[in-house]
Amino acid sequence: MNILVLMKAVADSEATIKPAADGKSVALEGISWVIGPYDEYAIEEALQQRDASGSGEVVAVSFGGDDVPKVLRNALAMGADRAVHVKGTVSFDPLATARVLAAAVKGMNYDLILCGKQAIDHDHHAVGVMVAELLDIPSVSVVTKIERAGDKLKIEREVEGGVEIVETAMPCLLTCNKGLNEPRYASLKGIMAAKKKPMDEVAAESVASQVEVLSIQSRPPRQGGEIVGTGVEAVPALVKKLREEAKVI
Amino acid sequence: MAYRPLDYYDMNSLLTDEERMVQQTVREFVADQLMPIIRDCNRDARFPLELVPRCAELGLLGAPYPEKYGCASLGPIAYGLINQELERGDSGMRSFVSVQTGLVMYPILAYGTDAQKDYWLPKLAQGEKIGCFGLTEPDFGSNPGGMLTRAVDKGSHYVLAGTKAWITNGTIADVAIVWAKLDGEIRGFIVETNREGFSAPEIKNKFSLRASVTSDLILQDVEIPKENLLPGVKGLKGPLSCLTQARYGIAWGAVGAASAVFDEVLTYSLSRIQFDKPIASFQLVQNKLVWMATEITKSQLLVYRLGQLKAAGTMRAQHVSMAKRNNVGAALEIARVGRDILGANGISSEYHTFRHMNNLESVNTYEGTYDIHTLIIGEDLTGIAAFV
Repeated sequence: MNILVLMKAVADSEATIKPAADGKSVALEGISWVIGPYDEYAIEEALQQRDASGSGEVVAVSFGGDDVPKVLRNALAMGADRAVHVKGTVSFDPLATARVLAAAVKGMNYDLILCGKQAIDHDHHAVGVMVAELLDIPSVSVVTKIERAGDKLKIEREVEGGVEIVETAMPCLLTCNKGLNEPRYASLKGIMAAKKKPMDEVAAESVASQVEVLSIQSRPPRQGGEIVGTGVEAVPALVKKLREEAKVI
Repeated sequence: MAYRPLDYYDMNSLLTDEERMVQQTVREFVADQLMPIIRDCNRDARFPLELVPRCAELGLLGAPYPEKYGCASLGPIAYGLINQELERGDSGMRSFVSVQTGLVMYPILAYGTDAQKDYWLPKLAQGEKIGCFGLTEPDFGSNPGGMLTRAVDKGSHYVLAGTKAWITNGTIADVAIVWAKLDGEIRGFIVETNREGFSAPEIKNKFSLRASVTSDLILQDVEIPKENLLPGVKGLKGPLSCLTQARYGIAWGAVGAASAVFDEVLTYSLSRIQFDKPIASFQLVQNKLVWMATEITKSQLLVYRLGQLKAAGTMRAQHVSMAKRNNVGAALEIARVGRDILGANGISSEYHTFRHMNNLESVNTYEGTYDIHTLIIGEDLTGIAAFV
């Protein structure tokens, strides 16, 4: 089975994110870039599906600038066979990103496309399903289980209060959720082997963003708390404030 | 709390992408697998044997050795980083990996026959077999050349007799590399621990390295076949060359322990309020933090340069002595000062610093004490041996 994994380099969740001087973007100095955590489920699933099928390859595809190759290298270290860096600048507009990715993968040979259900930076939850639309293939989002039955896939996805089970033909695109699998660590041998795996660079198609970011602001700093008293005697006053001022009970 | 190691001089930018990925992988492994259990392991004096297959899967055992034995063929700096990240968790876990890699696999690789290498190295790399290293004896620590353990050639086999002491992994080992005198000359032997006459009682009630197994090895006329002799080396340089490998890892490991302490103590000093302000705002505390940070940065620079020398093939044993001596000595002192900043909380197992401090007491002593390394470097500088 040939599987494409669309992944995004995102800021490490430990990073402190600050607005840049222009007030419209994020200051990138000192940020380390990682595979988006939901994209990690996609890579792990791709590797498992490839190995279970006994043939085919896993190709990691990522759109972005100079930080992308390092992150693609991680996917190769986990076990992907090769990588494609779609080089360009990612805008805020998920449709623009989806158009670039769809154009990049259009000619590729795939049975399945996997990606995370969202990238943890812009949190659009949109690019994956938009790519499927543009490629005119079926998509299922927020997937927690994939079972292969011949040339079809039986898929479980999370819905409010339950599980929805659907079936679709391949090729298709699935966006992956937590719970799908337990992503592996890149082993040391995998890391060394990744150096020798091919990584191609292609130029991103030029697609205009239809959304403009006007401003990025930090949240206002949290106000200090108020101590209403100590001991049991303070409870009535506390309850009153929680009910009438904070309106949380 | 996420671990935020000090990197005051941006050592990270000196690393290659591979080295950074190795560091990240081991850091995540330690955070996910070791940190949640290490307190209990330390309290219960239990080595987390269940992590050995995970270590093997990641490739942490024999990481610098050739791919044909199932190893990752890592460079010296990446190997050093493995040790650093493991010891930020616990010196015992790092000790396990150092012993397996530097003291068991290394002598087989360097001095063994092809048959010995082909049989043992893949099994040791996969964690199917655990190894230990028997050099120190109850009465011969800093002076290993005086060892009493003897091997006698019986024509068709050798017979080994003697006692080894303070042997990491001893009780859980499947194989021991035992150094013994054959016709008055020190030789290395591969001894399977299920042989008749071999026993390895664990040394109990330790104050230090509690999450690591430490044992005596008792060899009562253990018969081993001729092909278990390591043919490639004679004399004290055999075991000492292994120690050079392991000490290299220790010098890196100590940086990890010190970084773990500094991270914990810096965080604490910023959140602990006394006299209405964080104790980090007091000059005496800042003085200690600055000293710790400076020592850690110096230690990082020493091992990074040592790794470059090792990669270039110009590293000498005395270079390793300087880094082992300095970095472990500094880490121990950092842990003691760190414990002091933690105040009464520092004696609670809620904080990791005391455990690191206790562990580092062993690390400062084993694989050449601080003072013995002083004499090694002293001899190197002056040409005068001051051991006796």
